[in-house]
Amino acid sequence: MTQSNNQSSSRRDFLKVTTATAVGTSILSTLGSSAHVYANGDDKIKVGLVGCGGRGTGAASQALSTKGNIKLEAMADAYRDRMDKSLSNLQKQFSGEPEKVDVAEEKKFVGFDAYQKLLDSGVDVVILATPPGFRPIHFEAAVEKGKHVFMEKPVATDVPGVRKVLEAAEKAKEKKLAVGVGLQRHHQANYIETINRLKDGAIGDITSMRCYWNSGGVWEPRLAREDAKSEMDYQMRNWYYYNWLCGDHINEQHIHNIDVCNWVKDAFPVQAYGMGGRQVRTDKKYGEIYDHFAVEFVYEDGTRLYSQCRHIRNCWNSVTEHAQGTKGFCDISGAKYETTGGYKWRYRGKKTNPYQVEHDDLFAAIRQGTPYNEAEYGAKSTMTSILGRLATYSGKPVTWDEAMASNVSLMPKEFSWEGQPVTVPDENGYYPIPMPGITKVL
Amino acid sequence: MQAKTALLAILCCSSSVAFAADPSEAKTEKEMKPYTQKITNTDVSFDMVPIPGGEFVMGSPADEKNREEDEGPQVKVKIEPFWMGKHEVTWNEYDIWSFNLDIQRRKLMRLKSDDKEKAADAVTRPTKPYTDMTFDMGHDGYPAICMTQLAAKTYCKWLSEKTGHYYRLPTEAEWEYACRAGTTTAYSFGDNPAKMDDYAWHYANCNDTYQKVGQKKPNPFGLYDMHGNVSEWVLDQYIPDAYKKWSGKGTVEFPISPTTPEKLYPRVVRGGSWDDDPEALRSANRIASSADWKIQDPQIPQSIWYHTDAIFVGFRVVRPLKVPTAEERKKYNLDPVIPADEGR
Repeated sequence: MTQSNNQSSSRRDFLKVTTATAVGTSILSTLGSSAHVYANGDDKIKVGLVGCGGRGTGAASQALSTKGNIKLEAMADAYRDRMDKSLSNLQKQFSGEPEKVDVAEEKKFVGFDAYQKLLDSGVDVVILATPPGFRPIHFEAAVEKGKHVFMEKPVATDVPGVRKVLEAAEKAKEKKLAVGVGLQRHHQANYIETINRLKDGAIGDITSMRCYWNSGGVWEPRLAREDAKSEMDYQMRNWYYYNWLCGDHINEQHIHNIDVCNWVKDAFPVQAYGMGGRQVRTDKKYGEIYDHFAVEFVYEDGTRLYSQCRHIRNCWNSVTEHAQGTKGFCDISGAKYETTGGYKWRYRGKKTNPYQVEHDDLFAAIRQGTPYNEAEYGAKSTMTSILGRLATYSGKPVTWDEAMASNVSLMPKEFSWEGQPVTVPDENGYYPIPMPGITKVL
Repeated sequence: MQAKTALLAILCCSSSVAFAADPSEAKTEKEMKPYTQKITNTDVSFDMVPIPGGEFVMGSPADEKNREEDEGPQVKVKIEPFWMGKHEVTWNEYDIWSFNLDIQRRKLMRLKSDDKEKAADAVTRPTKPYTDMTFDMGHDGYPAICMTQLAAKTYCKWLSEKTGHYYRLPTEAEWEYACRAGTTTAYSFGDNPAKMDDYAWHYANCNDTYQKVGQKKPNPFGLYDMHGNVSEWVLDQYIPDAYKKWSGKGTVEFPISPTTPEKLYPRVVRGGSWDDDPEALRSANRIASSADWKIQDPQIPQSIWYHTDAIFVGFRVVRPLKVPTAEERKKYNLDPVIPADEGR
């Protein structure tokens, strides 16, 4: 036997990580003054991480695993303990190449303004991976300072945030800054191949789509009320359960599936109808978010997308996307389709780790100076999720245009541990829960 | 008064009859019978099959087709009697532990919890999975997959507290003994892979997904899906030349390569899966886990409970007739040890 033979039990060429050459077009663009080109791998790229949770740490690790000379030089987080843990995990991860994780004490920044200090610390690329509510502010500032950006999805939690990201995305283009967004399915070989085939008419015209993020839910609240230093501290540590930070689970997780359908359609919905509520996560510790949504999105050509997301245990689970066409049906996530004529296709290519490839692609573009900007579709798919939430919370149809005009902000006025979030609990610790038919969302 | 006495008599009578007939309370090998284990405060149960003690030759002969070097040299092994799960552990069973469904139901039904329940509740349960771990391949009646070996071991610990019977993963030797069920051929149904479709779900017949447990023919011990469907965790660290150190020493009793929390990979799964070709389903074939099994876990630290990419790995439980002592459990690392920096 060979060791390698036994190490992967699957018959298929299992998850061979592709190299950084994945970017198809490498035509060098005319370069603006603000964007530096790292034309050969010897030029060191200095990375700063803003938001040092599990995903931010993972993103940093993937960035550091791209081809070429690269180094994590600065870190920022609201909490010192999160940052220390993240750093020690990365050091463990790169114990063979310690020069890649070299964060001096003076390049560790803590607090609500830590991102600003990090942006001033001389890094070339920033990874934005805090809870999504902060993304618009951080992205705007990063573009302002001329930094290349990798930002996690979703890119906002409210409409003013989406608009801010769209404006900054334009500025990033002008400045020739590369921007990657963590909607990694766009970098996953089976999705790319399947969706290309759909666009080539594999199942005719798309007449409807379905997508789901039905699962058992995420982590339990981490910080108990009695251990919180303030309301702000309590909500920040338990960020998934508060809308200004997370945007509800339709925004935080289900965006992946909605985004895939937008990608198939090459369009964004013009209207949404929704229903949902809190069926099992009713305890006050679960903040203010719902545990299920069912939303019907309408595209301009009348095509409908039926979307569900649910955080309830022991139910039918599915995290998938599907398309119905005039000539067949496609299981997009399963990377297979069948035509009415009986032709069956299934993706048989190499599997890749999309979390790595999205960084390989971004950093290859940065090194080559290739135009690269995922912020616009990232922002509009975020907006689609928010549109679904607004329709669900209100119980009324909401159009894209009226939502996009909304000035309803979920963000606190003051970012400090003493600052008050927009929603605060009553004397018994319960938060106001959006009520369809009553709650005004625009 | 009379009615009350009568009622008491019935109660006493029925309970003592139930006790005497309860095959799960067997004390000797002779008394061991198949039994159904109910999981309290749920509608879920699973079947256990007695596996008689005995001796067998572990590993494959040098002339077995598709044999790999780590399957030898063959070793003579003595196995103590145990019960083994008739089927791979299903999601119906596994999710009770991982999603606290028993606790949730107990609260809904306004039921009290007894000492066993309290002990079971105290066992660590996993963090919730980031995404749907069935990968939409089916839930009710399908084998649970994608758990780490630690998760499988912790499930067994929970199950032990919950039922009052000692359950654990099989050792690699016990697994192979149970799989062979007295046979010495490549598969428990002979050497001919052409008969495979009667006994196993494998790459060519599974339609790219795992299948409900128990649909194919069982092996001579009455165990289903030992070949194929999902590969099954055993207790051992994977050591390629493990058999070398056991060979030439006569009959080995309780061979095992204990794991340590520091060395996560490789560990052993057995039996091959729906995603494998017939040669991987041979009784002697050994499969080693690797870090690739969670390559798509986007977080750091990665989950200690889920293998995001091991959609071909499950497990089944055993219950040794002789419950190990605390020293034996420690010596062989039979208990789950959660790493200190688990990072939840």
